[in-house]
Amino acid sequence: MGATEETIQTVSEMAGKYEAGFVTEIESEKAPKGLNEDIIKFISEKKGEPEWMLEWRLKAYKRWLEMPEPEWQKPEIEPFDYQDAYYYSAPKNHKDGPKTIDDVDPKLLETYEKLGIPLREQEILAGVQERSTPVAVDVVFDSVSVATTFKEKLKEAGVIFCSISEAIKEHPELVKKYIGSVVPASDNKHACLNSAVFTDGSFVYVPEGVRCPMELSTYFRINELNTGQFERTLIIADKGAYVSYLEGCTAPMRDENQLHAAVVELVAHDDAEIKYSTVQNWYPGDFETGKGGVYNFVTKRGLCEGRNSKISWTQVETGSSITWKYPSCILKGDNSQGEFYSVAITNGKQQADTGTKMIHIGKNTKSRIVAKGISAGHSDQTYRGLVKIMPGADGARNFTQCDSLLIGDQCGAHTVPYIESRNKSANLEHEATTSKISEDQMFYCQQRGLGEEEALALIVNGFAREVMQNLPMEFAVEAQKLVGISLEGSVG
Amino acid sequence: MIKIKDLKAQIETDDGEKEILKGISLDIPDGEVHAIMGPNGAGKSTLSYVLAGREDYEVTNGSFELDGEDLLEMDPEERAAAGLFLAFQYPVEIPGVNMSTFLKTSINAVRKTRGEDELDALGMLKLIKTKCKELGISDDMMKRAVNVGFSGGEKKRNEVLQMAMLEPKFAVLDETDSGLDIDALKIVADGVNAMRGEGRSFLVITHYQRLLDYIKPDVVHVLADGKIVKTGGPELALELEEKGYADFIGEAA
Repeated sequence: MGATEETIQTVSEMAGKYEAGFVTEIESEKAPKGLNEDIIKFISEKKGEPEWMLEWRLKAYKRWLEMPEPEWQKPEIEPFDYQDAYYYSAPKNHKDGPKTIDDVDPKLLETYEKLGIPLREQEILAGVQERSTPVAVDVVFDSVSVATTFKEKLKEAGVIFCSISEAIKEHPELVKKYIGSVVPASDNKHACLNSAVFTDGSFVYVPEGVRCPMELSTYFRINELNTGQFERTLIIADKGAYVSYLEGCTAPMRDENQLHAAVVELVAHDDAEIKYSTVQNWYPGDFETGKGGVYNFVTKRGLCEGRNSKISWTQVETGSSITWKYPSCILKGDNSQGEFYSVAITNGKQQADTGTKMIHIGKNTKSRIVAKGISAGHSDQTYRGLVKIMPGADGARNFTQCDSLLIGDQCGAHTVPYIESRNKSANLEHEATTSKISEDQMFYCQQRGLGEEEALALIVNGFAREVMQNLPMEFAVEAQKLVGISLEGSVG
Repeated sequence: MIKIKDLKAQIETDDGEKEILKGISLDIPDGEVHAIMGPNGAGKSTLSYVLAGREDYEVTNGSFELDGEDLLEMDPEERAAAGLFLAFQYPVEIPGVNMSTFLKTSINAVRKTRGEDELDALGMLKLIKTKCKELGISDDMMKRAVNVGFSGGEKKRNEVLQMAMLEPKFAVLDETDSGLDIDALKIVADGVNAMRGEGRSFLVITHYQRLLDYIKPDVVHVLADGKIVKTGGPELALELEEKGYADFIGEAA
């Protein structure tokens, strides 16, 4: 056995301790296990929803029953027992929702503190240096929003930022108009399930000509045994509006698989821009066996509805036992632009099948894809991307770059680009590289005093820099740390 | 004080194990500069890697002590913290990691292992500025990725900069003169000479005598076929320059 192999083994034995793995004891009010029309009615009633919303849910549920499970992805997914999960759980004592941050259960605040998530305004301001603009936080704890800050400031600007449940009640005309307009209920099995049982999520509407005065941010966290998370997020930027939205999540340690099927819909009108950033750190499962990790089956899609509109996705995916997500852009408006910047890290037994879809419909539409995949341990990763140029998309352009980095010799990396061009004037570029972590680089760093894991984190952060630098400052530091944590136990 | 005693090391090849260092003994007293000269394939670079603790080499015999502390038992990063520095013959590129981040991470890692407080952002900035100025390195270089697109001279100056910042007790310079023009060589040599003195010793590994015109050694050793075959004063370097290594290769065999 070579020295390197020995190191890998020793370090692997020590690894697998998930830093966010703890459970907060808070009584939940949950619906009984299982999924049927009554459960959906229960959810809708609990949330005090109008009749049209319940009907929409039930319609989705009926479609879901008929839809087959997707099977085209690379990861092998053990069948999920939908009847053995809970579909609604809300922390107690919050039926009416807290009015201010002081109304929030201190135990919840403690949990976020443990995770290093700044909730209070002053904590936010103190948490990150060099930040001049405050961040509004709409916290989702399990399924119900429990705290919202900075509402006033946003209100002044005319920005609506609230939970989707609240939006259904307060702004039904907007929700009715846009929900399901980008991701129809019947889009795929997971999105369909979400449409039937979604419990909460965020809603953002930025009116015409308004530049949202702060970064909007939401933290998600699963905290109830056997509770699937079904967030539903809807963001609309009206003409000439701009908004940047951050989403980050982390989950405590679990023994059974947890299903996470979120849906995110973005709509950008003429000259509007939406920037959506994600740091995903759900529990990845046991390091050795992969048991207990989150199934992260997410449907994220943005519609560049108007001329000169722009949607940009940035994601750092480090968690979950199985990731299945393809944040996409439909470039409908002429001159509209779509971007996808992704860093995906898999370690242990994690599997990820992720990428994007860029659908060019309008004239002179542009898209840019930069995907960096890092595989370590026994993990397996696939980049799957579609660039589709429709007949009317004269002058469409796409640039795609996929780089894979392998750590050790037990992991896999695959690149599956689909390109469909139905317009001769399109200009498409695709670049792909695969490399192994270099021993020279590792030794150089170690000679300069860095431990193996620290050296690895530094080199990988460098590899992923092009993507990381697209993250808002608020997330960049956290994300860089996460890269290091995610690679623990894999040294090459 | 550096004490290397009967050091033997081998590497795994397709044809089995191959011994490269065949019993090297060296004492370098505090404050002295020793040079190791030798032909290609003598084991010069292997010696530098073995001292720094590279995994690919297996040490089969001997000891290596720095101020009485056994370094052979340590990982490379622990050796760095103990005060060993290796200036690489071929400094390695690290894309996407800029110089200031790299220096900051390196210095704080070493400080942490030594049980010292980490430097804050301001302290780090000051240290980098001072050292860069001393070595005539532009601030601009600090924004570039480590060694990526650096010229030969920039790479070697960067090695000396890192050495100056880490302030090692024992610095090994592996063919620092390779790929340098005379101006760059002078800058690098000046950097090294500025650091000479109490509490620090150097091992300068080189193929050519040229570097030793600028970094004057106290002692010169000749390495051939994995062994030190001759030791003398600075005049030995001149002798080698004149006669070549042919005689020594014969002696070693």
